[in-house]
Amino acid sequence: MISFRNITKVYQAGAKPIVALSNVCFDIQPQEFVSIVGRSGAGKTTLLKLFLAEEKPTAGSIFFEKKDVHQIKSHLLPNFRRDIGVVFQDYKLLPSKTTYENIAYVLEVMGASDVDIKNDVARVLELVGLSNRAQNFPEELSGGERQRAAIARALVHQPKVILADEPTGNLDPYCTKDIIRLLTKINEMGTTVILATHDQYIINSLVRRVITLEEGKVIRDEERGRFTL
Amino acid sequence: MSASLKRIIKSGWLGFRRNSGLSLATVFIMVMAISLVTSLFLLQKTSNYLVSSLSEKVDMAVYFGEEPTTDEIDIIQKELKGLPEIKSLQYISKEEALAKFIARHQGEQVIMESLQEVGGNPLLASLNIKAFEATQYANISSFLDSASFKNLISKVDYSEKKPAIDKMFSLTSTISNTGIVLSIILAVVAILIAFNTVRIAIYNSRDEIETMRLVGASNWFIRGPFLVQGMIGGLLAVLITFFAFGIALWFLSPKIDLVIPGLHLSSYFFGSFFMVIVLQLAAGLGLGACASWLAIRKYLKV
Ligand SMILES: Nc1ncnc2c1ncn2[C@@H]1O[C@H](COP(=O)(O)OP(=O)(O)O)[C@@H](O)[C@H]1O
Ligand SMILES: [Mg+2]
Repeated sequence: MISFRNITKVYQAGAKPIVALSNVCFDIQPQEFVSIVGRSGAGKTTLLKLFLAEEKPTAGSIFFEKKDVHQIKSHLLPNFRRDIGVVFQDYKLLPSKTTYENIAYVLEVMGASDVDIKNDVARVLELVGLSNRAQNFPEELSGGERQRAAIARALVHQPKVILADEPTGNLDPYCTKDIIRLLTKINEMGTTVILATHDQYIINSLVRRVITLEEGKVIRDEERGRFTL
Repeated sequence: MSASLKRIIKSGWLGFRRNSGLSLATVFIMVMAISLVTSLFLLQKTSNYLVSSLSEKVDMAVYFGEEPTTDEIDIIQKELKGLPEIKSLQYISKEEALAKFIARHQGEQVIMESLQEVGGNPLLASLNIKAFEATQYANISSFLDSASFKNLISKVDYSEKKPAIDKMFSLTSTISNTGIVLSIILAVVAILIAFNTVRIAIYNSRDEIETMRLVGASNWFIRGPFLVQGMIGGLLAVLITFFAFGIALWFLSPKIDLVIPGLHLSSYFFGSFFMVIVLQLAAGLGLGACASWLAIRKYLKV
């Protein structure tokens, strides 16, 4: 379903180039739950950005359902992105919209009806426990609440793939457990989940496939992996 | 209306409100531009009215040294009726002229006394000629110069109002030319200001725009609100201008009617409501849409 072929990403920042990813290769099957682990700066976020076509690879290609993601024509890119739900590491909630509106926006861009939007948004708000924050703006939310709002937005349109970039970074252990349980449940219902994290506890409790990155290279890729750096 | 269009419009309105300070500056300058265009429209009407009512008043009097005989009058009238420029002819005999004169100056002691002093009837018989258009009197005059009854004519009087009409024409054309130039300048200024407003709005929302892209918003779903935002500015400007003109004309029209009776500018304004509104909407929406379109093209690249 997803396939990274010899992906290299070099950032040209300032005088010396930074190699964020080098020659990364892996395949992900439909309905897999894959964790990408590694130290901060290992290249996890870059990897997800490349998949979402937010950044272009320096070399190599990424395929989603047999299509080269970076060859998608710009007017078709929105369609591709609607198949994916992303929990951004920095949330990327729209500051001028309420929690409700932020989540509804994903459905609005797809042209969903008002009724569907109302029902679906209420459902995911309930799911992440933010029903009582629906009318608050992101700046009125705590870090954990923002994170849950971001998670709700990634789920609401029932995407084929969910990319979760450190989705528990701001949550207390209880919430972390809930969110991981939620992601597992969504995965069991058929959604492919790619989880980037450096949280040892999560990885060790999941017992799923783990791809370990170190300085932009895949150093391990194992089923039922454990967190070992 | 499709759900997407509704959402785009709603989001455009929110954007307009969010940038309200800048938006209102845009609306203000647009009001100026639309007002100018509307004023030109009303000026056109006024000057047309003035010219036609002046032309209406122009006529030509052919005075005869001696009172012509009835036969001569017949011949003269017949000859003149052959001219296509002539709308009407009216013969006024010496007695009629005197009667009119007396009627007009009734009660004016000095004039009546001097009339008495002169004795008899000092006035001349005349033929009043009306042409279809003010410019045609020159032709008629040259015809009279070579007419068979030329020797009967003592003088021809028509030139009085021609300078007034010419002046009117040149004044209106000067005003409307200046107005058109000013309108164009103001329109350009309005576009620049609206352009800048939208540019700033886009700049302020650049992070949000990036996020919208990442969650699958299509280009038009992102661009549309900015276009709508510019058009709302134009629309608001149209409404303000229309009401300002409506109210001003409502209160001023009694005064205008005193100065130029019969013009009825306010009933013209409200009577051609549709025309005026279309004109203003074209100006307002045109300016707003044009400016935002340019800004979007330049600053919101795909
Ligand atoms: N836009 C950028 N410009 C330059 N360097 C970047 C940029 N984004 C990330 N990097 C660098 O690439 C490397 C990988 O970053 P990232 O993918 O964010 O790591 P992780 O998410 O694993 O912490 C880091 O060294 C980081 O400094
Ligand atoms: Mg990261």
